Amino acid sequence: MGLNFHLAESSALILEGPNGSGKSSLIRILSGLLRPRLGSLIWQGQDATKEPEIFQEHIHYIGHRNAIKPVLTVQENLTYWSGRDKDDTHLDMALDQFNMLPLKNTPANLLSSGQSRRLALSRLLASKRKLWLLDEPSVGLDVASIKLLEQAIAEHRSTGGSVIFATHSPIEVEAPTKLNLRDYSPLYNRALINLDDEEESWV
Amino acid sequence: MSAFLNIVSKDLRLALRQRSDLTMAVLFFILTAMLFPFGLGPEPNLLARIAPGIIWVTALLSVLLSLERIFLADYEDGSLEQLVLSRASLEIAILAKVLAHWLTTGLPLILAAPLIALLFNMDTEAMTILLFAMLLGTPSLSLIGAIAATLTLGARRGGVLIPLLVLPLYIPTLIFGVGAIDAAMNSLEAGAVIANARPHLLLLGAILLVSLLITPLAGAAALKQALE
Amino acid sequence: MSVFHRFANPNRFLKLTNTVLPWISGITVLSLLAGLYMAFFTSPPDYQQGETVRIMYIHVPSAWMAMFIYSSIAFASVCSLIWRHPLADLAAKASAPIGAGFTFLALATGSLWGKPMWGAWWVWDARLTSVLILFFLYLGHMALMNAFEEQERGNRAAAVLAIVGFVNIPIIKFSVDWWNTLHQPASVMRADGPSIDPSMLWPLLIMGLAFKFFYLVVVLIRIKSELIEAKLRKYRRAVVDNA
Repeated sequence: MGLNFHLAESSALILEGPNGSGKSSLIRILSGLLRPRLGSLIWQGQDATKEPEIFQEHIHYIGHRNAIKPVLTVQENLTYWSGRDKDDTHLDMALDQFNMLPLKNTPANLLSSGQSRRLALSRLLASKRKLWLLDEPSVGLDVASIKLLEQAIAEHRSTGGSVIFATHSPIEVEAPTKLNLRDYSPLYNRALINLDDEEESWV
Repeated sequence: MSAFLNIVSKDLRLALRQRSDLTMAVLFFILTAMLFPFGLGPEPNLLARIAPGIIWVTALLSVLLSLERIFLADYEDGSLEQLVLSRASLEIAILAKVLAHWLTTGLPLILAAPLIALLFNMDTEAMTILLFAMLLGTPSLSLIGAIAATLTLGARRGGVLIPLLVLPLYIPTLIFGVGAIDAAMNSLEAGAVIANARPHLLLLGAILLVSLLITPLAGAAALKQALE
Repeated sequence: MSVFHRFANPNRFLKLTNTVLPWISGITVLSLLAGLYMAFFTSPPDYQQGETVRIMYIHVPSAWMAMFIYSSIAFASVCSLIWRHPLADLAAKASAPIGAGFTFLALATGSLWGKPMWGAWWVWDARLTSVLILFFLYLGHMALMNAFEEQERGNRAAAVLAIVGFVNIPIIKFSVDWWNTLHQPASVMRADGPSIDPSMLWPLLIMGLAFKFFYLVVVLIRIKSELIEAKLRKYRRAVVDNA
């Protein structure tokens, strides 16, 4: 009754489940930040559990925190993580997608929480990774901004990219696969409680 | 290499925009050193004799104050997660952050040291050796301190823990740093100054090399577990 | 690895501990009694230091243990970081306070010994100073281990610190020796003292043995109690979950 899933190209996987069911942990395991106790992560036929590096260059992870420096401007915050190119047009496009272009030279400490989130999300477009791992991407976003995010995801998938995200608020994507972690969490599923007792654990 | 410079330039820019960070360590350094004449009396010979120890101890404490800054903000705002996931190797990233820390803490201390040396009647030759010793010693302070800074991320009372972790490891740097200047001051002939201070300076260099080796490894291990 | 995993099961480890404990406890008591008897009664007083030389039979083995236990912690930390074996974490956690205790004992007896010899409770002697720094390394290790909400994070951070500290110990030792010879050329205690007489060597070695076994006994008991505590926690959680 273990958790097992496969993600094809251009697909979207939505992680659902109540608070504490392990959505964030699963995303962190997928990103390689958290080492799984058991199980493995296969990326294009290679085992990425032992060497997260081969996997990490294809993913972009956005967690609960936005990794924004308040004293830097919006543009400086963006260029730092996506590297400086000769022309900054794709950075401008990334900002534009999330309606952040007018705020380009604003110091980030003046941004509202929704605007900060949009700045974090525009990094997705600037870095051009294949798989997006988003943990509650829509937190703090208004309805119009969620639409922008949905558009961005749709465009990303149309070019062969995939996305995995955890969310509580509805984000509309085409033909999503849904995974409800409630069914796999020992906290919510009594049948699982005794499963991990076969080999007694230490801590 | 570009990732390295990218991190250094960003940290420098952050420090320059928040100037209080930059000046705090130096100010603390000068003010603390200035307290000693009040505590010990103004006798010039006594002050000159204990000056190397006072300068090194206060420099060490000033560095200590700034250590938490290296990683804490990045840890709290999520930048550290992105750093671990970015293409740059974590070891290189740590060295870059330590270099930025040294440029904003160690280097200002070195620039301020001659001022204190003057106040304590240190002669020019000893002062030259002091600068060399600090140039070799303060990077080690940043490097060793960075390990403690990574280890205490997310700890209760992390700021109080850092001194306890770091001070025992700072003792060799302190000993050889002061030793170099003492050796210079105690040499009778003018030509012997460098020769006398040399072994101490070499040992400071050796500590720097060892720290350069240990810090990226220990720091990377500590950062990874801090984010789990 | 296979040997490691044989003990990966806590129950198996507990069973083994329970069989071994009575034996090593017996060895500890016997060697301690024998060592103390020889130290107090059969060994001669020193021709220079008189009866105070008997402090040595506590002081020197304590100093040995201080270093030995720190090395053990560093070794356990390497195992913990590489193989992520929980027993290594438990061993490091159980050892640290014992090591700190022996280090403190070495410092205290050193101070007691120093009073009649040097006329002061504390002298910045190279060896004593090194032991003092070691004591602070222990304190830092223990403080870091307990500084986190999750025990596992504390264990890993402390493991990294223990290894860094262990690598630094020779550097610290060397620098303190260097510093000491610079500032105090005439040390009262000479490192290359006369070779020790067998009548004094034997009690010393037996006391060293007793201390080692004492450490083993205490560390096993501490690991055992940690394991039992973990089990209790688990049962309590199961009760809550089933309610």
